[in-house]
Order: sequence, then C-alpha cells, then structure tokens
Amino acid sequence: MQSSTVQFLPEQASSFALQVDLLYLYLTAVSAFFTIGIVGFIIFFSIKYRRRSDADRPPMTVSNLLLEITWIVVPLALSFVMFIWGAAIFFKMASPPKESMDVYVTGKQWMWKIQHVNGHREINELHVPVGKPVRLTMTSEDVIHSFFIPAFRIKADVIPGSYSKLWFEATKPGKYHLFCAEYCGTKHSGMIGSIIVMEQRDYDAWLGNTKDSSLAEAGQKLFKTMGCVSCHSADSDIKGPNLEGIYGKQVRLQDGSVITAEERYLRESLLAPNAKLTEGFTANMPSYQGLMTEEQILQLISYMRTLTPVTTNTGLKTLPTTALGQTPKPEVTPVQTPKPVTTPTATENKLSGSPKKSEPAK
Amino acid sequence: MSAHVIESKPLVVEHKEEQENYLTAGYTLKSWFLTLDHKRIAILYLLSVTTMFFVGGIFASLMRLELMTPQSDLFEPDNFNKLFTMHGIVMVFFFIIPAVPGVLGNFLLPLMIGAKDVAFPRLNLLSWYVYIVGAAFTMFTIVSGGVDTGWTFYTPYSTSSSQTHVVPVVLGLFITGFSSILTGLNFMVTIHRMRAPGLSWFRLPLMVWSIYATSIIQILGTPVIAVTLMMAALEKVLRIGIFDPNLGGDPVLFQHLFWFYSHPAVYIMIVPGMGVINEVVTCFSRRSIFGYRAIAFANVGFVVFSFVVWGHHMIVAGQSVYSALIFSILSYLVGIFSAIKVFNWTATMYKGSISFDTPMLYVFGFQGLFLIGGLTGLFLAALGFDVHVHDTYFVVAHFHYVMVGGLVMAFLAGIHFWWPKMFGKKYPESIAKFAMILVFAGFNLTFFPQFILGYLGMPRRYASYPDEFQVLNVMSTAGGSVLGLGFLLIAAYMVWSLVFGKKAGMNPWKATGLEWEHTTSPPPTENFYETPIVNEDPYNYANRDFTKDFNKEVKLGA
Repeated sequence: MQSSTVQFLPEQASSFALQVDLLYLYLTAVSAFFTIGIVGFIIFFSIKYRRRSDADRPPMTVSNLLLEITWIVVPLALSFVMFIWGAAIFFKMASPPKESMDVYVTGKQWMWKIQHVNGHREINELHVPVGKPVRLTMTSEDVIHSFFIPAFRIKADVIPGSYSKLWFEATKPGKYHLFCAEYCGTKHSGMIGSIIVMEQRDYDAWLGNTKDSSLAEAGQKLFKTMGCVSCHSADSDIKGPNLEGIYGKQVRLQDGSVITAEERYLRESLLAPNAKLTEGFTANMPSYQGLMTEEQILQLISYMRTLTPVTTNTGLKTLPTTALGQTPKPEVTPVQTPKPVTTPTATENKLSGSPKKSEPAK
Repeated sequence: MSAHVIESKPLVVEHKEEQENYLTAGYTLKSWFLTLDHKRIAILYLLSVTTMFFVGGIFASLMRLELMTPQSDLFEPDNFNKLFTMHGIVMVFFFIIPAVPGVLGNFLLPLMIGAKDVAFPRLNLLSWYVYIVGAAFTMFTIVSGGVDTGWTFYTPYSTSSSQTHVVPVVLGLFITGFSSILTGLNFMVTIHRMRAPGLSWFRLPLMVWSIYATSIIQILGTPVIAVTLMMAALEKVLRIGIFDPNLGGDPVLFQHLFWFYSHPAVYIMIVPGMGVINEVVTCFSRRSIFGYRAIAFANVGFVVFSFVVWGHHMIVAGQSVYSALIFSILSYLVGIFSAIKVFNWTATMYKGSISFDTPMLYVFGFQGLFLIGGLTGLFLAALGFDVHVHDTYFVVAHFHYVMVGGLVMAFLAGIHFWWPKMFGKKYPESIAKFAMILVFAGFNLTFFPQFILGYLGMPRRYASYPDEFQVLNVMSTAGGSVLGLGFLLIAAYMVWSLVFGKKAGMNPWKATGLEWEHTTSPPPTENFYETPIVNEDPYNYANRDFTKDFNKEVKLGA
C-alpha cells in the first residue's frame, strides 16, 4: 500500500473478492478482444484503402445480412455470459448464510456507528473475526449513505427510513478501508473508517473487554420504559398483538395480505403503527416517530428477535409463555460460538427488497 | 439509383457566392437576436454551448487541481462539493444535451432535407431563449454561492440537508427542459412535413434518423425530470413529504423518477453524435454506409430500450434482486444497438478511399473511445461487478468515455466537418490535426487511470482520499491539463479562421448530401436557390467522379 507503486487490484480479503476479480478478468478480456479487433480493422483499412488519388472510385457498398446477424449474435452470446456470471455473484451477495453473526450499522453525517449484538459499540471501526459470515443490518439517521469495503468487493446503500443488508466473510486478517460511497454532504470524503479483521481468539479477546449490556437487554429496558409492555404482554388490559416469536412470523394484516415480520416491518410498526395493522386489532397504538433513535429501534428489534418461543431442532420451548419482560438469556450471550439468533424461517430472506417479502399471501 | 432522372441544370457558383448569404443578410444585433433563420439560431447555440462548455471546464480544472493531493487543501470540502456539482449540471444540461441538436441539428436538419427552415421558426427562436433563461438561473446560482447536491440531486440530501441554492438551480433546469421539449417537437414536425420531393425515409441521411430518435426521447422523457425536480423543490420549500422519510416520503422514489429521464438522457446526448459519425465516415471513405437500415433501426431500438434500463443506476440502492436481474439483462440488450453501429461504421471503411482530414481523425478517436466507454458499460451491467464499482471512479471514467470520448469527439468531428459550410472558411488543417491528437492523448491520460482508481475502490465525489490513490490522481490531473490545452487551441484557431481562414468553397470534402451539393457555403438565408429534388440514396459516393471540381456548380432541382 505504498503511494509510490500503482496497484491494479485492491486486496482480496473476502470470499467474494476472487469471484469478482475473475469476472473482471473475463470482462476485460472480452473488451480487449473487441477493442483490439475494431481498432485493428480501422488501422488495416486505413492503410490498405488509403486514398491514392481522386481517381479512386470505390464500388457501391453491399450490405451483408449474414454479417449483420453474426455481429449481433456473437456479442449477444458473450454478454449473456456476463449477465449470468454477474447475476450468480449478485445472488450470493444477496443471500447471507443462516449462521451469520449480526452487526448493526447506523450511518449519520459523517460517521458510522456500529453496534454488536453483545452491546459493544464502535465508531468508524468494525472488528470482525476471520472466516465467519457477518451480516450487517444498516440504516441511516439522516441522508443516504453507502457502506463500501473495497477489499471485500461489497457495497450497499444505507437509506433513512429503511433497512439494508450486507454480508461478507473475511478471509484475511488485516485492516481495510471503509468508505461512504453515496455523496452525503460536506464531509462525505471524511466518512471513512476501517474494517479490522482478526483471528478468532484475538477477536474474542477484543470483544471480551466490553461491559456494555447486550443489545437485546438494552431493548428489553426500552420495552419497559417506552411502555410497550403495557399492551404487548399476556396480562395487559389493552391488547396489542402478542410479540412472542414475532420475528420472522407470517403476520396476517387487516386487508388480508400476509407479511413477514422482519426488521423493516417491525420498524414501520413502531413509527407508523396504523400503516399495516395486524388482523383483529384496532388502530390504537401511538406512533413512536421522533421518540426513539435509530439505534434504539435496532435495540428493540434485537430484543424482539429473542422472543422466540421455539428452538428449531429440538422443538423445546426455551422461553416460558410469560417470557415477556424476563431476561432472554441464551441467544444473546457473546459470540465465542455464535448461535443462530433466530429461527431459520426468519433468516430465509434477509436481503432488503428480497422478493418474498413483498409477495402477497399464497 | 432511380430509374427516373431529372436533368440537372447546374448553376455556376462564382456568381452565387458573391450574393448575399445568411451571414451577410444583416449585421445588427437585432438581426441576430430576433432572427428566425435556423442557421443563425444554430450560431447562437454554438456561442452559448461553447461558453457553457468552458465554464464547466473551469470547474473541472479546479476539481482536478484539488485532487492532485490526498488532503483537501486547495478548497474547503464544501466548495469542492459545489465544484463537482456545478461541473455536472453545466456540462450535462447546458452543454451535452443541447450541443449537437442545438448547433448541428439546427443548422443541418433543414439543409439535409431540402427545406427552407424548420417547421416552426418562431418556436425555434423561443427554444433558444428558454435555454438562455434556464442558463441564467444556473449562472445566478453559481454567482450567489452555488449548489452542492451533485448533479443528481439525490433526496433526502437535496431537500432536507443541503443548505445551498437547490431551488433556483432546479427551477433553471425545469425551464431549460422546455427548450429541449420544444426543439424535439419542432424537429419531429420538420422531418415529417418538410422533406424535399423524392426524399423518402430510407433516403434520409442517418443524421436525420438520429435527430428524429433523439427528439422522441426529448419529448417523452423531459417532462418526467421536470415534474421530479418540481416535486423536490416543493418538498424543500413547503415541506410536502414526497421523498424525505421524515415527512413520510420515499427517498428511493426520487432515484427511480430521476433515472427514468436521466438514463434516456444519455441517449439524448450520444445518439445525435452517432448521427454525425455516419456523415463523416462515409465522406472520408467515399463509400455508402454499410447497413443503412440496421443503423436506422438501431436508433429506434435506443428509443425503446433506453426507457427500460433506468434501474441499473440503482443496483445497490435496495431494489429487489429480481428487478436488478431484469434491468441487467435489458442493459445488455441496449448495448447491442451500439455494437451494431460501431461494426457498421468500421465495415463502411472496407474497400473505401480513405483520407485523413481532421473530421475523420475525430471519427477514429470517437470509435476507439466510444468502444471503451460502451464496453465498460457492459462491465457495469454485470450485477456482481457493479456492486463493487458502483459510485466509484470506474463509473466516472465510464461515462466520460461515453460523453467526452463519444459525444464531444463526435461534436468536434461535426464542427470540423461542417465549419466550411457554416462560415465558408477553412481552419488551418495541420494545427487542427495537432489539436485532435492533444485532445485524444489528454483525454486518455485523464480518464484511463480513473478506471483503475475505481476498481481499487476510490469513491466518486471525494475531496480527500487515502495516500495510495495519489499517483493515479496526479496522472489524471496531468492529462486534464493537456486536454484543456487541446480545447483552448481548437477555440483559438476556429476564431482565427473566421477572419483569416481561406475561402472554403461550397464542397471542399467532395461530400454528397443536399447541404453540400445543392447550395453555396455559407448558404443563402432561404438555403437553396431552387427546391432540390432527390432521386438517389444517401451517400451515393459510387456515382461521383471525384476528379471533377465539386466547388464549381450548385445543383438545381435534381
């Protein structure tokens, strides 16, 4: 990384890097072929058919249908390979593995705020272990930003009022650039930071220092202090929908459609509760717009994700039905062996704008 | 080509050239500013777009100066942000979009189809005034402190966060849009209603097809950007929630609406330039165009497909994977139409009689640079690849290869080709060739390093950057100064030629086409001495005897 030499590729530090670089190679090869070919023909024709005198009388041009078809079909075929190849990588980028470890990102002018599941926070730095898939859930407090890690070859816009997802698996310990790629005002070029990839044990040691309460615990506190508990618990007078196992659940709405309760829906239900009412409930929840920060909303959602009554494999009930308001233990303990925080149904379609989410009921 | 040939009664030029032409028809300011002559309006456009080009160029130079060092040292970051914003706005809306249609389209369209003027001469003049009013708004914004949103005006930054003059500049663009719409309308009607006898659709010079296709896009697309920018202005002034999530709006909706126009606008920019290439490559190869119909219909393909690929600007903006997929494959299809044209232009040279006058050198430059611009477009349409280079210098390099390497090269080819027709004067040929080489070399040195920078991960619109990107940035800035010198040189000798240039004669290139063979240089106000009658296909170079003097006789009728 000295400034005196010019590199042609950024470092390859994620599982996507090589794949993208190979596609780059193919694209460059095809382009070089056509550029050299066309320029070659132009030079060849320029020499061979250069004007010798005004007595030259070139014949009438005859169009050639076969030739026209050839130079439509061949580039089309080559670009179809580009399309398939590019799409294949894109689909991988859009499908985080189920065992991914979650990290929450909030962008604001002009810094990146990171929250780990165990409650540890950092600014403009993200520490991750090597060889472990990490899934980022990202939102913005003000304008659109874009989370870009060149060494990982990934990027996603971070949009206010919405959650976007990004995942990666770092393959090489080191310190890598984090850039904001979407123009966001005065210090756009200062909205940069580092991704620090560590060996697992270094990472554990780093994480071990934290004394913060976990995200879900913070969320649980909010659940009480913001008054959520008075409606959304089994013994409350006013009835809100039961939130046990809400995350990833198919919720039937009043207009009859069904929506998967993931981050975006839960956030909307906090800020605009009446937009998508659960079937059988009345519009009596107030909006929390302006009363909570984006980070608090993420904490609350993080808490709701722990309210899962059933674990997948054993079918055991890990939380009693009265679990609301109690400490949800196992899922949120820090990350030596990161367990799936959610049930598989919940993790199936994580990508923002993933098609299933917007599909109507079957 | 035609069975029925009408006897031509040639007119000896010498007597005609002493007569009045459109330039000598009046010398007062009023005769220029209230002119209804499409040729004079073209000159008005030439002056105004050239001015805007150099204004935009000054912004670019200052930007490149700042980027010579990694730190943000020459300008405050805020001012740097204004520089790239104003560079984009001035170049896109006030140079590239009106350049070829406003200057070459206005000058040539009636001449090429054998008409006395466009269908609505008053409307034509109005278009120019509307453009000037829009430009005045923008200049006012620059003088009063500028705007810092990027030329894309992305919400919610532009409507909620930016403290700069978003509203006046947006109003300026709203107004300028009408200029584009009115010009498109005027040209379409002109092409439909005013073609000379015998000039059927497939006998039209391909430049006319290009202008026609461009006009359709202008008419269909521009209202969308006008409405979108108005909504942004309303949100900023009245706090009506359309795009700002804090007001209940959707920020990404703005991007959809913006690119629904701004992608087709790319074709508004490049298609007229492609039209120029057809005329020049045939003339200097003395060959009829290879694949006339393929090229003509490729223009139609651009019109249709340019409206359905906007989503490729938003691949990382959170659209669903399936819509990204659709936009990706459609983007590959639109690429094919460019490929068709490039192949046909190359094939046109086959067995030709090729000479290397300045306009032809620009065609070569266009071919090489547009190829790279187009092919890197295929890179960006590959979804997994786009994720990495989106919003980096790779994109910046790509669209400069298309817009400067493509359109500006084509515009310069056209200006050098028709300059003798427009002013009756020759520019100094060897200096012109030297300037072309400066522009070509400077351009590549400026923008090729940016592809590498982009892949290395340098985001666009950065006032400061990590040290390891400096070498490539310095190369780019060095190239920029060569490029700037080239442009200045062109401006200098073109102005010089107006006064000191040799008389060009009516057809110095021995070109076919009504504007060359049927009228003098410069043409008279009414364009032709007698309405031409067309009885052959365009680019009928095989039927010309080039040993004759093409400057001597004006063809009358047919």
